[in-house]
Amino acid sequence: MIDFTLVLAAGVASGTILLFAAVGEIFAERAGVLNLGVEGMMLMGAVAGFSVAASTGNPWVGVIVAMLAGAALSLIHAVVAIHLRAEQVISGLALTFLGTGLARVLGDGLSKAGAIETLPRITVPLLSQIPVLGPILFREQSILTYVGFVLVPVAWYWIDRTRPGLNLRAVGERPAAADAQGIDVIRVRYAYVIVGGLLAGLAGATITLAISPGWFGDQTVGGRGWIAVGLVIFAQWSPIRAAIGAYLFGAIFRFIIDIQGVKTIFGFENPFQAGRSATFFLEMLPYLFVIVVVIIGSREALRRRVGAPAALGIPYVRGERGA
Amino acid sequence: MMARLEPRGRPPRWLSPLLTVTAVAVALVIGAIVLALVGGDPVKSYLHIVKAAFGDVGVLSDTLVKATPLILTGLACALAFRMRLWNIGAEGQFLLGAWGASFVILGLGLPEGTPAIILIPAMMLAGALAGAVWGIVPGLLRARLGVNEIITTLMLNYVALAWVQFWVFGPWSEGGFQQTATFPKEAWLPRLTDFGKEIPLFSGLTTHLGMMFALIATAIVWFAVSRTRWGYEMRLIGDNARAARYAGIDIRRYIVVVFAISGALAGLAGMSEVAGSVHRLQDRISPGYGFTAIIIAFLAHLGPWRVVVASILFGALILAGREIQPSGVPAMIQGIILFCLIVADVFTRYRLVIARRAAATT
Repeated sequence: MIDFTLVLAAGVASGTILLFAAVGEIFAERAGVLNLGVEGMMLMGAVAGFSVAASTGNPWVGVIVAMLAGAALSLIHAVVAIHLRAEQVISGLALTFLGTGLARVLGDGLSKAGAIETLPRITVPLLSQIPVLGPILFREQSILTYVGFVLVPVAWYWIDRTRPGLNLRAVGERPAAADAQGIDVIRVRYAYVIVGGLLAGLAGATITLAISPGWFGDQTVGGRGWIAVGLVIFAQWSPIRAAIGAYLFGAIFRFIIDIQGVKTIFGFENPFQAGRSATFFLEMLPYLFVIVVVIIGSREALRRRVGAPAALGIPYVRGERGA
Repeated sequence: MMARLEPRGRPPRWLSPLLTVTAVAVALVIGAIVLALVGGDPVKSYLHIVKAAFGDVGVLSDTLVKATPLILTGLACALAFRMRLWNIGAEGQFLLGAWGASFVILGLGLPEGTPAIILIPAMMLAGALAGAVWGIVPGLLRARLGVNEIITTLMLNYVALAWVQFWVFGPWSEGGFQQTATFPKEAWLPRLTDFGKEIPLFSGLTTHLGMMFALIATAIVWFAVSRTRWGYEMRLIGDNARAARYAGIDIRRYIVVVFAISGALAGLAGMSEVAGSVHRLQDRISPGYGFTAIIIAFLAHLGPWRVVVASILFGALILAGREIQPSGVPAMIQGIILFCLIVADVFTRYRLVIARRAAATT
């Protein structure tokens, strides 16, 4: 039978990947810049982290380089979207194409790299003894999972409770007003697009250096960057809701793998055993679930009259628009 | 000294094509530099692409085979983008179209020897219909519930791939392989080589009837968008949705209809690919036609006839790029081309003004 504690623990682990990417995208979008290049940035992070860790033998160096690789790609989007005022949808798509192609070029031959040293796993004393939650959250988790635990409240506090966070929201909602207040709109936008790139790169490294080490071409990320973009809508641009969604999706991904090893369900033969063609319906689940989740997010946005930052996707030119 | 972007009034007619060509050239140079940096031989790679794609009549014909699905999916994207509907799901609609066409052969139980005159129109209809359904879903979600179509169309791509994989691994698998049995000859679109006896020049050429579908579709889309009231209203929505709403145009209906047509075009591309080129359904039937289509639509500035030209160029890249190592090179070059096009587009709309600081501050 499936051990649900293990499924949830593994869900938290692989949800961390989505968490980093989604929180990064929340930062960028809160500043008013839509970056659809998350998938590409994650792939670059994944390949850069893995290859550097393989050649240096130090996964931490891999993490740093992965974040820088994500940031470097995001910088291209920042220049094109912020300075050149191009259509952000197209620029983001271009970033995904570029990141995917470049990652495949750089990752050529990496699939034969063999085992690498991954990031340490830690069991937290005391906390892991908490009934139910302890084994799920604090037992044998990768150190990056704990970084995720810390990132969520920090991101929430930063956006909702600090002065720079207030400036960030102002830039995303009413850039002209922010500009009048003396906030450098362009600089703030650059900064948060790059933060988004750093976190997307980290998300990629989380895959290849912590959760499922190895390089499998563009299947390494396999659409999780796009799932993260969908999660942001579900999350209503809140890091805390993004975390809930990310862990939920992580658990779904994990459940799909685990259920394939089960022979019977409630006494009936399991049609989803590994190797059966019906497993492809399982593979649809996360993507269908994103659609459901985005519908929920959109409905809520309509009802509560909240939603995307008002200036999302709109370039800021001083004096041009009175937004 | 400082540089600024100032909006242009009306750019001269020659500017946009010139910038487009420049952008592609710059992209190829950047691609070459990257290729050299990772240890490849850019000159050899590029020469190889030109030779393997345009070198003689035979390979030129193969290039046109690759261009055929690109034209149809490119039109699908160009049409949707014209209304600022971001249909990123041509890939999934293509796969569903291929599946729909295959269903006519493998799922309907038609008697053996059913003539082509029945099979091929039925496959076209089924392919276009399946693609349209896959387009209508995100269209309805966007029109009725305001759901972001970028996310839904993208997710449906993955769902479509799993759907096709289910059929080719499961019910339709031939001997456990990830593909169906070869279709009967009656389900094959006629190729130039089929007329090799009458016209010797055509022997060995694989270009098939799908190319005609693509050109006819191009003519229809061009006419509908630029010569009809429907097209005028659609463009108005794309340019200024608020004005369109005040003019009493039912935007929601246009969203659903445009998504349906867009999906049907991509679905027809899938049908044309299985019936004209592959002659069976496989899960790896598309090397990303639906994604390349996005770049093609943009390179063509959403113009239907320019989609044809751009598709031939990208058909060449896909055809010849298969043999280039490392395997990610064509995808990378596509990404670089798209970025350069975006920058070129910026300079069509704005001019770069370099002014002394004193003059610039007012």
